[in-house]
Amino acid sequence: MIAVKKIDSVVIGAGAAGMAAAEVIAQAGCSVALVDREEQTGGILLQCIHNGFGLHHFGRELTGPEYADEFSERVRAFPVEIFLETTVVNIVPHPGFSRVITCSALHGVTVFEATTIVLAMGCRERNRGTIGIPGTRPSGVFTAGLAQRLLNIEGYIPGRRAVIIGSGDIGLIMARRLTWVGSEVAAVVEILPHPSGLTRNIVQCLQDFSIPLLLSHAVTQIYGKDRVEGVEVAPLENGVPVAEKARIVACDTVLLSVGLIPENELSCTAGVTISPNTGGPVVDHRLQTSAAGIFACGNVLHVHDLVDFVTEEAQRCGGHVVDYLRNKIPAAASVAVEAGANIKYVTPNQCAAGTAQHFYLRPLVIREKAKLAVMQGQTPVFSRNLSHVRPAEMISIDLDNKIMGGLELDRPLTFSIR
Amino acid sequence: MNQSPFDVAIIGAGVCGAAIARTLSAYRLRVVLLEKEADVAFGVSKANSGIIHAGFHHPATSLKAKLEIQGNLMFEKLYYELGFPFKRVGVLVVAFSEEEMKTAAHLFSQGEENGVADLELCGAERVRALEPKVNRDAVGGLYAPGGGIIEPYRFVFALVECAIANGCVLSTGFDVSAVRRQREYFILAARSGRSVAARYAVNAAGLHADAVSAMFGAEQFTIIPRKGEEYLLDRGAEAFPNHVLFPVPAKKSKGILVIPTVEGTTMVGPTAVEVEDREDVSTSASNLKAVFAHAKHLMPSVSRRDIITSFAGMRPALATGDFYIAVSKKVPRLVQVAGIQSPGLTASPAIGEYVKELLKSCGCSLTEKPHFNPMLPKITTLRDCSPEAMEQIIAHNPQYGNIICRCETVSEAQIVEAIRKGHVTLDGIKFYTRAGMGRCQGGFCTYKILKILARETGKKMTEFTKRGGESVIVKETLSAALPRTRGAPP
Repeated sequence: MIAVKKIDSVVIGAGAAGMAAAEVIAQAGCSVALVDREEQTGGILLQCIHNGFGLHHFGRELTGPEYADEFSERVRAFPVEIFLETTVVNIVPHPGFSRVITCSALHGVTVFEATTIVLAMGCRERNRGTIGIPGTRPSGVFTAGLAQRLLNIEGYIPGRRAVIIGSGDIGLIMARRLTWVGSEVAAVVEILPHPSGLTRNIVQCLQDFSIPLLLSHAVTQIYGKDRVEGVEVAPLENGVPVAEKARIVACDTVLLSVGLIPENELSCTAGVTISPNTGGPVVDHRLQTSAAGIFACGNVLHVHDLVDFVTEEAQRCGGHVVDYLRNKIPAAASVAVEAGANIKYVTPNQCAAGTAQHFYLRPLVIREKAKLAVMQGQTPVFSRNLSHVRPAEMISIDLDNKIMGGLELDRPLTFSIR
Repeated sequence: MNQSPFDVAIIGAGVCGAAIARTLSAYRLRVVLLEKEADVAFGVSKANSGIIHAGFHHPATSLKAKLEIQGNLMFEKLYYELGFPFKRVGVLVVAFSEEEMKTAAHLFSQGEENGVADLELCGAERVRALEPKVNRDAVGGLYAPGGGIIEPYRFVFALVECAIANGCVLSTGFDVSAVRRQREYFILAARSGRSVAARYAVNAAGLHADAVSAMFGAEQFTIIPRKGEEYLLDRGAEAFPNHVLFPVPAKKSKGILVIPTVEGTTMVGPTAVEVEDREDVSTSASNLKAVFAHAKHLMPSVSRRDIITSFAGMRPALATGDFYIAVSKKVPRLVQVAGIQSPGLTASPAIGEYVKELLKSCGCSLTEKPHFNPMLPKITTLRDCSPEAMEQIIAHNPQYGNIICRCETVSEAQIVEAIRKGHVTLDGIKFYTRAGMGRCQGGFCTYKILKILARETGKKMTEFTKRGGESVIVKETLSAALPRTRGAPP
C-alpha cells in the first residue's frame, strides 16, 4: 500500500533555500515536509568548505557546512518532517492541492497531498556538452562542482595539473583548493573580457597563488585518448578564436565552471511556466509560480551570487506560503515587471500595486558609477546611483508601500541601468 | 594455453560479433568472444545512430541490401526475446526539389525491387501530415513505415548476455596480436599474454579487420575509417520528430539525419569524413556548424541550445562499398566479416545466420542445443512507472527506491545489476543503465556510481576508469597526498 500523507506544505530540496522556507512555515504552526535526495540536509553548502558565507545574514564569516548547520539545527528545532535519501519523481496538480510522489529505499513510495509546494531544488552546472567543446572524450573532464564534491567530501584528488574553463566562482574556489593539495593549475580560461566570478574570489583564489587568468581566451580543443593530455587555448578577437595564435597547454584534468542552470525539470512536470531570462519559474509578487499553491525560491528560481540572499528570499517565500495557507492573500492588482536596458533579468515577474516589494536583478554590463532607473513608460518611479555594477553581482532593490502605491496598473514596471 | 580449445573464436564483440555469438550459442559448440576493449560494444557499435533501416538505400545486387532486408524483419522476434529498447517508428526521406524528388523516386523503385513492404512516395502534403514540424519547403519524399530505432549498445549487451547465458565465453581486454596454427587449431595470442585455441575463427574486428586478416595470413584489404559526428539533444527538445528524418542521400553516406531516439532524446548527425587515424574520434567546431545547418534545413526547430553532448564514431568501410562476408580463400576455417558499415546494425542478426551457414559450409558441425534459452529477463526501470508499480518494484528490492541518476531516473538496483553483469567502467554502466547519459552528463551521479562500484567490487575508487586503459577517474586519495604530521620523525 502506498502511504498518502495530507500536509500543508512540501518543501523540495533541503539546501539553503528549502531549510529557510521550511523553518518559517513550521514556525507559523503549519505542517511541513522537507524532502531531499541526499543523506544530509545542507545541499551544496556541505561541499563548500571555504569561508565567506553569512556576512550579510549572520554578520560573521562562516564556512558552507557551518552556514548549513545553523539552519539544519533550526529546522530540527521545529516539527519539520525531514525525508532524506528521498527523490520526488513527479508532481501532479489538482484543484486546491498537488500530489507530490516520492520514492526512497527506506519508505518505498510516499504520496503527499500538499496544499502548497515550495520548489527549492537549486541548480545544476553547465557541462562540456552544453558548451560544446570539440575534441576527444577522455576521462579527467569534470564540472567544478563534481570535482569539489570528490575532493572535499569523498576525499579524492581529481588530477595533478588542471586547466579550468570559465571563471565562475566554483572554478575559482577550486583553483585555490587544487593548489592547496599540491596540484598545479596551469590556467583559468575565460571567454569574456572580464571575470565571471566575484572580485574577492579573483583576488583570494587566483592572484594570491599566481594562477594565470586568461581573459578573452577560449579552450578550442580537448586532447587525450584515455585521460586528458592537454587542451588547445586560443585568444579571441571579435569573439572568434584566432587559430594562428593558439597554443597547447598540457594537463591531466579539465574543470568546467561555465555557469549554472536552475534545475526545473520537476517544475515542468507540474506545469509551471519557465522564464527564458532566468531559467527559473515565472513568479508573482509572492513568489508563487504559474501553478496555484506552488512557490519557488533560491537557485531554482534564479541563480544567486550569495547564499545570504538565497536565505532572505526563501524566508520571504515561507511567509507567503503561510499567508496562502491562512487564506490571507489580499486581492492585489498586478503590474508586470520588465528588464530594460543593460539588465539580464528582474525577479519577481509581477508586483502588486500598493504592496512593498523586494526585487533582485542582474546587470548585463560592467559599469563604474551607474544609475539604476525604474520607470513606468516615461514616468520615473525610482532611481538610485550605484558605485559599480557587475554581471557577477546581483542588485537588490526594495520599493516601499508608498512608491508601489503610486503605480499605474496597465503599464509594466521597467528596470534599466545607464 | 589458458583454457581447453574452443570450436569457434569470434574476434570483436561489436554488434556483428555479438549477433554471431548469440546465433552460435544455440548449437553444441564451445564459442569464445574476444574483445580488445574493456567492455562489449566499445568500438564502432558504441557510436552507432541506432537506426533499423528499411531497405531501400542499396541496390538488390548487393550483399548489403539482402542482409539489410532479412535483418530488418528479425527485430520483432529479437525484441520479444531480448527486450532491448526498440520502436518501429518509420523513416521519412525528405526532398526539397524536383531533382531530389527524382532520387526519392529512384529509391522507391529500388526499395520495391528489394521487396520492402508498404513504401510510399509522398507529395508535400503527405510529408507534412506525417511530420508536421518538417521544413515547409519540402516538396515530397519517401516514407518507409518499416524503419525503426533501437539503442545500439543495449542491443549488443543483450545479444552478448544471451550468448553467455547459453554457454558462450566472453573475454574482454583481449587484444589479439598474433595468430599461429597448431595442428587443426588457431592459437590466438593477446597482447596481455593470454591465449586461446579454436578450430574455427571469425574475424569481426570492425576497424581492425584488415590487421586481423593479416595476422592470419589471409586476404589483404584495407579498412577505410569514415568518421561520423553526432549531437544529442535533451529530452523534450522541440525538434523531436515522429520518424527518422533523412535528406535525399549523398554519394558516400545517407546524409545528416534527425533521429528520435528510442529513449526520447533527439540525435542529429552523422557527418561522413574519411580519416587516417582509426582512433581519432574527436569532434570539431566546423562539423558542429555543418551538422546543425543541415539538420535545421530538415527541421527548423533543431536548436544548438538543446545539445547535451556530442560524440564521434567510425564506420569501417571497404573500397567496394559492400560488406565482405565470406570464408577466407587463403585460410581455411576463417570467416571474414569486414566492411560492416551502415546498414550493419540492421543487418547484424542476418549476418549471424549467414556466418553460421558459412561455418557449416567449411565443416563446422551444428547440432542444436536442446535447452537453448533465447529469452532474457526484462530489465526493470522506474521511469514512466505508475506510483503503484513503483511501490511494488521497491517493495521487492528497496535499492530501486534509491535514485542515483536524477536526469534519467536510474536506481541503485540498476547500477548494481550492471556491475554484476560485468559492466565495471563508467561508460559501461552508462550504456547499460543510462546513468550519466542525461542533461547533467554525470555531474551529480558520478561520485555515487564510483562509491557503488567500490562497494560491489571491493576495489579502490582510484582503480575505476571511464572506459578501460588509462582512463582513470580520480587519481589519488587526499589522505595519501597530505604531508605527514609536522614534527614527526623522518
